[in-house]
Amino acid sequence: MKHIVILGNGISGITAARHIRKHSDFRITVISGETEHFFSRTALMYIYMGHMKYQHTKPYEDFFWAKNRIELKKAWVKTIDFDTKTLHFETPETMQYDQLILAVGSSINRFGWPGQELAGVQGLYSYQDLELMEANTAAVTSAVIVGGGLIGIEMAEMLLTRNIPVTFLVREKSYWNNVLPEEESALIGRHIEEHGVKLRLSTELAEIIPDENGRVKAIKTTTNEQIECQFVGLAVGVHPNLSLLKDTKLETDRGILVNEFLETNLPDVYAIGDCVQHRTPQQDRKSVEQIWYTGRIMGETVARTICGERTAYQPGVFFNSAKFFAIEYQTYGQVPARLPEECDTFYWENKEKQVALRLNFRKDNQALTGVNGFGIRLRHEVFDRWIKEKKPIQQVLAQLHEAHFDPEFFRRYEPEIVADYNEKHPTTPITQVRQPNFWEKLFS
Amino acid sequence: MQTIQKIGLGLFLTGFAVWIVTLSLGQFVLTENALKENLKPEHYELIRPRVQNIIGQTYSTAFGFGNAFRAEVETLNEEFRSAQKYDQVIYDNYSLPVAKASSQGTIIQQTGLWFWLSFGLAILGAFLYILPNRRKHPGIKNDHIYHSPATSRGWIGIVLGSFLILFYIALYFYPEYVVNWIILVDPLSQALSGNPASQWFLYGFLYTLAVVIMGIRMLIKYRHSPYQMLRSLSVMFFQTSFAFLIPEILIRLNQPYYDFKNIWPLDYDFFFEFNLNTLISNGTLGLFMLGWGIALIVIAVPIFSYFFGKRWYCSWVCGCGGLAETLGDPYRQLSDKSLKSWKIERYMVHGVLVFAIVMTAFVLYTYFTGQSNVGPIDSYTVRSAYGFWIGALFSGVVGTGFYPLMGNRVWCRFGCPLAAYLGLVQRFKSRFRITTNGGQCISCGNCSTYCEMGIDVRWYAQRGQDIVRSSCVGCGICSSVCPRGVLNLENADPNSRVMIAPELMTGNEMPKIG
Ligand SMILES: Cc1cc2nc3c(=O)[nH]c(=O)nc-3n(C[C@H](O)[C@H](O)[C@H](O)COP(=O)(O)OP(=O)(O)OC[C@H]3O[C@@H](n4cnc5c(N)ncnc54)[C@H](O)[C@@H]3O)c2cc1C
Ligand code: SF4
Ligand code: SF4
Repeated sequence: MKHIVILGNGISGITAARHIRKHSDFRITVISGETEHFFSRTALMYIYMGHMKYQHTKPYEDFFWAKNRIELKKAWVKTIDFDTKTLHFETPETMQYDQLILAVGSSINRFGWPGQELAGVQGLYSYQDLELMEANTAAVTSAVIVGGGLIGIEMAEMLLTRNIPVTFLVREKSYWNNVLPEEESALIGRHIEEHGVKLRLSTELAEIIPDENGRVKAIKTTTNEQIECQFVGLAVGVHPNLSLLKDTKLETDRGILVNEFLETNLPDVYAIGDCVQHRTPQQDRKSVEQIWYTGRIMGETVARTICGERTAYQPGVFFNSAKFFAIEYQTYGQVPARLPEECDTFYWENKEKQVALRLNFRKDNQALTGVNGFGIRLRHEVFDRWIKEKKPIQQVLAQLHEAHFDPEFFRRYEPEIVADYNEKHPTTPITQVRQPNFWEKLFS
Repeated sequence: MQTIQKIGLGLFLTGFAVWIVTLSLGQFVLTENALKENLKPEHYELIRPRVQNIIGQTYSTAFGFGNAFRAEVETLNEEFRSAQKYDQVIYDNYSLPVAKASSQGTIIQQTGLWFWLSFGLAILGAFLYILPNRRKHPGIKNDHIYHSPATSRGWIGIVLGSFLILFYIALYFYPEYVVNWIILVDPLSQALSGNPASQWFLYGFLYTLAVVIMGIRMLIKYRHSPYQMLRSLSVMFFQTSFAFLIPEILIRLNQPYYDFKNIWPLDYDFFFEFNLNTLISNGTLGLFMLGWGIALIVIAVPIFSYFFGKRWYCSWVCGCGGLAETLGDPYRQLSDKSLKSWKIERYMVHGVLVFAIVMTAFVLYTYFTGQSNVGPIDSYTVRSAYGFWIGALFSGVVGTGFYPLMGNRVWCRFGCPLAAYLGLVQRFKSRFRITTNGGQCISCGNCSTYCEMGIDVRWYAQRGQDIVRSSCVGCGICSSVCPRGVLNLENADPNSRVMIAPELMTGNEMPKIG
């Protein structure tokens, strides 16, 4: 029977394994050196903050794997011989595969700063990183986080729960402004500062200074400012993990190069998830997209192909989400940091409640192209449909309550939002579609 | 922790310690009068000669006194049993009223002082500890739950659990041991109902206090969530009025004791002879209560559960639920999420429902026919078995005593027959579901971890399926803690519930084949 080997037990590899099992009887082995079982990387911060323990982050109970005949192997693969279809482990062991799915994830970026290898300097990606962070922050009185992205803010939040003051160095002139438009970026920046993080914008790390034991004792910025700290969190992004694949026949660039069927240049070798670089990315999509959901969708897709139904990777309307301290963020479609030429935008914010909504739409036909929600939950299915349907923004606003996903009794912002739109567009005011009342809803 | 919170904690612990110490205060001296006033005349005749040695003796603790008195009554009962004179056996528990009447010393003379030194200090301390949390930023506050020995089955949890278990055992089976606590609340009981306090008044008082104070804690903890605030207010209201004050006032007005929101089969003795007789013999109000109780069972449960799911009761009205959602909130994460525990849960909770129905059928059979036996089975044995195993041990000792060990809904999940009934409606004929927001789940596990009913919410969410489970009490915590806004408690057309995982989740456009 065909032996499918999946290297990497993250969301992409595990999704592939589950779906291959659903549709076939192939022998499946999932290998990872990180942990024996699949856990949710996105929940690492909650373990540190004491919301959960490691076992809570495992999406499947331990019996699940044997029951579904998914063999697990906890080991590091050292080399891959693609000619003989053999994996060589760090131990003298080997394993043969008939088809190989590479789902090896990412590695964190380090930009060659002096002192970046010192004790007390680290990134956060793996379970081992989390254990290291636990050890590294045991007796720390101040910390510096470098990098204004999602993992940086998570690290800041983590440290604050241990009462460790955090200075957050952000190269850009506002937080995450290579992804967020100006207003959102400012909103989150304010929120971060309210939570007690010292935000240093337009500031870059120059070097990390050791004490006599080879531990970090301070950092220096490019403006020559010295900041005392015993911990430095490097959160300047990740890159596809290619460490295993250098100088092999496998074609790589920034990531493992795949076609739309997630096939690499080698027969019977596929790649999915964070480690992938698409040769021909879909319109509006990046060639390297390191997020949970794309990993999952690639896993679903490659399973089809392995099981005989060659299927192209077709992520639909983009979506993503995050949480910045208390502010939840959801986005659907395209809301780039800089507004594209052909688009117009409508932005509403309730300053006091820190709630915001942005709708991007085409100038020519008013069609919705993307939405950002902050502190407001939006229904995925509805925005997915509206964006696909190219629904004009006026209709979107008039029917906004259909996309409402906040819990019952939460304040409804639709009237404020529509009023704000009408104020900004006095010539073409819109009226909200009447919402069903209590009794209508009761029997709807 | 802020300084004021430390002071609060100190005051709370002092009040608590004083409360424990009050158990040992004063002495107990049995008097002729105490016997006469508290024993039925026929029992007085029987017991009086037996306790000759105890009369006039000074006991320094309620334990010594209670044990001595109880032992004498037990010997007497043993003699009756060996002589097969079963009808003479004394079932009334006289230890408590006699102990109360025999109490002397500071606890009787300075009741108010001790009340304020114990309850007063503890309440003040609790507020000082809780209120400053208002200064924290609104949002989910689960930091360090798994670091703290109180909330992660550590030593504080074990000590607290043991205390609660002992408390319940004393309350149900040895109330005379805690007679001093009952004396402490006597003035309050007198003021409310005009009667002296029983152990059940003490229990009701503590219960209400816990729901109100920990309810205020909930209001602060979840002040970013109107859903959580409203339902906390709701359980606080129902506990204070319906469960605590109104029944006491009814007694004062010489009406039957009745909790208007308690529903059979949770209220398992609703159809017991004594209750039916009381209701029937109390005029229009009594009959109204009888009709109301039956209407709750046959009309309110199915209709409200159809429209809103069982949450309308379990998380908004119920007393057990009220305590679980307030006092029990710090322990919700301790429920077991395994598939195995779900299996056990289904057998147990539906087993108890069947037990409750059969037991009640026996009770009614006896009531209408006057025959105590149904075939070979004695209906009184069945009901007392239910009362002991389910009413006292399960719902009380295990249900609350195990909060810090097995989570705050042990009873609701594994034992409550009403929850089983509500759950059947919710599962099979209801507009309620928890909607999963397309493909947004990141499998982080917060929802499952904080589900007090042990539902593996993530299992459904990560495959794009709605959560439709008979056990879900609709507390909404999964939705609150989800960092990606994936879950929403909703009511809509029952046919729109997504019961089977969609072949493709929103966001994947590959062709469907299934
Ligand atoms: C702290 C943090 C928070 C995040 N939050 C979000 C979020 O909120 N939303 C979102 O969309 N994304 C988030 N991400 C990104 C998301 O987690 C990743 O995109 C996703 O986990 C990638 O999954 P994957 O299966 O491609 O790879 P991974 O999960 O990285 O799995 C790869 C596995 O392969 C193993 N492996 C690699 N090489 C070898 C080898 N040679 N031998 C053996 N095993 C090997 C690795 O050890 C690893 O276990 C977050 C990431 C981090 C680190
Ligand atoms: S809390 Fe939300 S994101 Fe996390 S597993 Fe549950 S539904 Fe998914
Ligand atoms: S599933 Fe959610 S709403 Fe239902 S009981 Fe669990 S946490 Fe509460």
